[in-house]
Amino acid sequence: MELICPAGTPAAFREAVDAGADAVYCGFRDETNARNFPGLNFSRDELRTAIAYARGRKVMTFVAINTFMRAGQEGLWHQAVDDAAALGADAVILADFGLMAYTVERHPKQRLHVSVQASASNADAVRFLVEAFAAKRVVLPRTLTIADIARLAKQIDCEIEVFAFGGLCVMAEGRCSLSSYATGKSPNMNGVCSPASHVRYRPDGRDLVSELGDYTINRFPAGEAAGYPTLCKGRFDIAEERGYAFEDPVSLDVMDHIEALRAAGVSALKIEGRQRGKAYVAEVVSVMRRALTAGATERPALVSRLKALSEGQKTTTGAYEKRWR
Amino acid sequence: MTLSTSPSKPVLSLGPVYYLWDGPKWRDFYFRVADEAPIAHVTIGEAVCSKRLHFIEPHVGEVIERLENAGKQVSLASLALVTLERESQLVRGLVRDSAHSIEVNDLSALHLLAGKPHSIGPLVNVYNGATARLLASRGATSICLPPELPMGSVRGIVDENPGVDFEVFAFGRVPLAISARCAHARSKGLIKDNCQFICGEDPDGLTVETLDSQPFLALNGVQTMSHTCQALLQELPELAAAGVSRIRLSPQDCDMAAVAHIFDDVIAGRRSPREAQATLAGIYPNRPFSNGFHHGQTGATWISAEAGAEAR
Repeated sequence: MELICPAGTPAAFREAVDAGADAVYCGFRDETNARNFPGLNFSRDELRTAIAYARGRKVMTFVAINTFMRAGQEGLWHQAVDDAAALGADAVILADFGLMAYTVERHPKQRLHVSVQASASNADAVRFLVEAFAAKRVVLPRTLTIADIARLAKQIDCEIEVFAFGGLCVMAEGRCSLSSYATGKSPNMNGVCSPASHVRYRPDGRDLVSELGDYTINRFPAGEAAGYPTLCKGRFDIAEERGYAFEDPVSLDVMDHIEALRAAGVSALKIEGRQRGKAYVAEVVSVMRRALTAGATERPALVSRLKALSEGQKTTTGAYEKRWR
Repeated sequence: MTLSTSPSKPVLSLGPVYYLWDGPKWRDFYFRVADEAPIAHVTIGEAVCSKRLHFIEPHVGEVIERLENAGKQVSLASLALVTLERESQLVRGLVRDSAHSIEVNDLSALHLLAGKPHSIGPLVNVYNGATARLLASRGATSICLPPELPMGSVRGIVDENPGVDFEVFAFGRVPLAISARCAHARSKGLIKDNCQFICGEDPDGLTVETLDSQPFLALNGVQTMSHTCQALLQELPELAAAGVSRIRLSPQDCDMAAVAHIFDDVIAGRRSPREAQATLAGIYPNRPFSNGFHHGQTGATWISAEAGAEAR
């Protein structure tokens, strides 16, 4: 299985290459990618340099252009695909059908991967993408169990990439307007979720309250570490119940299931985290690289080291195991 | 002198009931729609959760018959999230066996319906004219645009695709997200695989409040909806002028025939949007209205007609 690693900056990109990535994915510094955060992502020149660095070390570069084109501004997305192709991206990762159609027409030789944001969660959906756009690989939404993935792999003529480590969307990706409902900024249109521009921490007595837009997302008593107010990881009241209504503040870690994913027919494991710093990227990539090749006796130590790197050090296997539902 | 052809007035369409209602309630709801509501297109069927299908199945035949006898055009909704083999089979069966047009709510139905006329539901991502064109080239004849789309995008997409009927989500709690996990079951200490159809206890959704007691969202099984009710009334003339041909009402647990009459009155110019809004608040009380998405703002907000005019 290939190891697909995130890079939000040229420095993180080089770290990922040096730490053992098979491919590094990144995006341009604008709304065309789903990690459109201040200070992140690549200019055209930076991408050119990065691709050359990777290629010299036999590592691939995937360019994520995985938001949805805004009507009337399609040129921004077209230019991103044109430039990624011209700069030699080994694949473009796309979510928008209109942009996929453009890519097939203008750059028929460009390898096309389907972003998780396209929400292809079953064999017929993947067949649509293969037939309409000659997609070579699909990144599966985090809604499937390993058994679901194994069954799917047998039915499609397309490689499968799955998320193995990092942030976890609770909702089907690319089909969530929670952030724009609360802030006006949408993952699909603006490439952001629960954006920092709308986050506020407000002391209230001995508590610290985290807010997103006009809404309280969590409240932390003194002594409890205050997390980032990602909307779907917030604490809410439902009838008489108070708690994490959608998901606890955990991150995804399925490294305990490497062999099962391999047996299921997965071609590539993806690490989430383009917003993370270069030290984090270097550490996670190198540990995961070793975990992929390690024997059964050596692996548990590596897996526990990964857990220590996770958000709040709490992890879940998410939808990969049926009981999560 | 050039003659300007004013676009024909939009007609009303009714989206599928997103909530779990018991069979008789569901049937009676559509009987009333058939008899009383000025609605041209009705989409029925379960879009949210495959586990719920058996509640409505016994009544689908009689509901279709009643609606069609009343002159309504009926479509059947496909599931929004298809992950299990059983769910794939359900969608394949729907496409194979149905004599009615299918509303596509997931990509699997797009594959199965290639080349056959069908409609696209609001849960498929159509954010630009190129995507609408691609879908139309594969058989889509009508497209309900995503609720979060601002008016500028609506106008651009409609302009680029003159042969397609476009629909805008104008009334109802907004479907904001869907998950493999059931937050509704989770909130009552259950999990999806053993949910006891607990979502049936909340026929208009279960309110999620912030820790400061501010109503925020609503749970509907695996779907998360807005607390607010999207209500595009003052925007109807603008939507009509842009060439939008259908106005979608999404069923809430209130008198939807009355809701339809209000929208019909505004479209026909018999009632002002302001007066309509006050009447609507009486029919669907205790639920704030929102239209922020349409104005490119925070989705939960309400932009008054005056403020909306200033913003433009």
